[in-house]
Amino acid sequence: MTSIKRYIHPDQVRELSLVVLIVLVVAFFGTQIDGYLSGRTFNRISTSVAIITVVAVGQTLVVLTRNIDLSVGSIVGFCAYFVGTQYTNNNAIPPLLGVGMALGVGALMGAINGLLIAYGRIPAIIVTLGTLAIYRGILVDFSGAKTVTTANLPDWLSSLSRVNLFTIGDVEVRLMVALAVVVVIVFQLVLRYLPFGRRLYAIGSNPEAARIAGLPSRRIVFMAYVLCGALAGLAGFMFLVRFGDITVVAALGMELQVVAAVVVGGVNIFGGSGTMIGAMLGAVIIGTLEQSLIRLNINEFWKDGLLGLFILIAVASDTVILNRLRNVWGRSELKLTSGADAGAAQLPEKAKR
Amino acid sequence: MVQRSIWERLRSWEVLLLVILLVTIVINVSQSPVYASVGNIVNLFQLHSEKIIVALIMTFVIINGEIDLSVASIMGLSACVLAALYEAGASVPIAIAVALLAGLVAGAFNGFWIAYVGLPSLAVTLAGLIGYRGIARILIEDRSIGDFPEWFDHLGQQPLVGAVPLALIIFFVFLAIAVVVLQYTSFGRYVYVIGNNAEAARFSGIKVKRVKMTLYIVSGLLSALAGILVAARLGAVRGNTAEGFELDIITMVLLGGVSIFGGTGTLTGVGLSILIILNLRNGMGLANVTGNVQTSVIGLLLILSVLIPNSARDVQQFLRRRQLLTRPPDTKVKKEDATQTT
Repeated sequence: MTSIKRYIHPDQVRELSLVVLIVLVVAFFGTQIDGYLSGRTFNRISTSVAIITVVAVGQTLVVLTRNIDLSVGSIVGFCAYFVGTQYTNNNAIPPLLGVGMALGVGALMGAINGLLIAYGRIPAIIVTLGTLAIYRGILVDFSGAKTVTTANLPDWLSSLSRVNLFTIGDVEVRLMVALAVVVVIVFQLVLRYLPFGRRLYAIGSNPEAARIAGLPSRRIVFMAYVLCGALAGLAGFMFLVRFGDITVVAALGMELQVVAAVVVGGVNIFGGSGTMIGAMLGAVIIGTLEQSLIRLNINEFWKDGLLGLFILIAVASDTVILNRLRNVWGRSELKLTSGADAGAAQLPEKAKR
Repeated sequence: MVQRSIWERLRSWEVLLLVILLVTIVINVSQSPVYASVGNIVNLFQLHSEKIIVALIMTFVIINGEIDLSVASIMGLSACVLAALYEAGASVPIAIAVALLAGLVAGAFNGFWIAYVGLPSLAVTLAGLIGYRGIARILIEDRSIGDFPEWFDHLGQQPLVGAVPLALIIFFVFLAIAVVVLQYTSFGRYVYVIGNNAEAARFSGIKVKRVKMTLYIVSGLLSALAGILVAARLGAVRGNTAEGFELDIITMVLLGGVSIFGGTGTLTGVGLSILIILNLRNGMGLANVTGNVQTSVIGLLLILSVLIPNSARDVQQFLRRRQLLTRPPDTKVKKEDATQTT
């Protein structure tokens, strides 16, 4: 038992149980829906999950610092519509410029959030609840009740969603899915190895201590929001690629899915703990449930009820069960260290709260 | 010292709100000849009467240091329960009773997780926001249920006493109760104390869990009542009834000077901010501004309502510090004071 404890951390228990849960969910739907366990299902779900995942990565950066961004749905919608309109007006815009525009507009919107939160010291929930409404309002005003349609977009853009990177059997790994995975890996490495990543955890664990320790807290929180906005912009581009037809209600309510994914994925809503891999697994669960429930011939409206239940279970288990687990781990770690080198008062890393 | 400065800030905040309100009214009167009519004034309140009822209990919840994001979904849930039961053949009074019960249970469910399990209210009520809306959608899917009995629609649409409809009478009754409870009872003091410092409140023997639980139950109940009133006013219920109302409700409370961190705020401020928001929406409506732009303005107002006092305090502190620094060096004690307050 102690040897197992040495190699597995409580957070990894979380991720392992998420993997088990995903397998169970897939197995359940496999028995309920004919032809569910096929490459087609994978393709369909993975494209949808890819978009949520990219936004969830940005959201995780923000949530780690004990903040939240509820405006991501509006940012995704605005960027999708904005870039779509630019392509409708001018089919010749090079692809990289299109992605750049989405990233830029998203980053700008994130910067506004970050400025108000980090430097204006307004609680994140207030700012982003406000900008959720403001950005959507700007979109409605900007659109003039017109919609972006696939027919007016360049061909390469609408076919981009079907581009395969490689195929295993009938499972196709599409470019967008690969992009999402790359984003997850890059930001997981950032969290793990770059000072910026470690500082996000430090600020979220104890903002006051981080400030006293001399971390430029404001700048880091600001950066987290800019990155969150930019990633939402990227997701907006992916949204445009996937759907083609964009109306003013594009990605309405996506923030709820994303927050659900992040929280289910084990990112603590009080900041300071969580991983990108966890957030991705959370997105996979949410996306799989959403896409599969539609195909199950019961009531598609069950989706929202289940989503709420999942957030609650995730937060409850985080507070109640994981705290106990961490205590057990903490105690055994203390025993180990006091046996090996008595002088070192090595505090258990995860025994906080 | 600190307490007095907060008190002063609040006082000046309420004066500022009054000025804003007067400016909005003057602009409205000068812009539209219709504005000052009795019909428009009643209309101004009636269109948002449900929101302002919920804003009262939201004031308590936020002063208590928590938040309830699920109110709009509970409104939708109760309206859908009412409609679904009525469609299934139940009489309207029974349907109303069950709808209220649904709100009570939903509120108690929130309160249980927040007060007794100790989960963050933000996460729990966000789950509620999604979950209760989900249940509402499960109940009536994408249909629209109407054709309620005439007396039920009348309650929502026709004036009851003079020109005043039922929802407004309910609001004023609850406003009176809220003022009495918050200002003159020990429960009201507990709400403030817990919001200031929940830990200290617990050690001084206040039943923190029970107070929080009570607030969430009342919040659920009032939201359910508001949902029924929406159903009566609109005469029809859909799955998205009252969707997004939480933005307006929370804005009303925060613009009224209630601190999001709990512990401070008055119903006077909330009352003023309610009047401001209603007048703004009414004025924009008369000027043919679309609903989405109106919502944007409300969102902007929400941000400004916290940004302005924050920056005012910054300027105040900056001035005080400069004043201290320019003094001769014999005031060393005061300098230390200044560094402590930063």
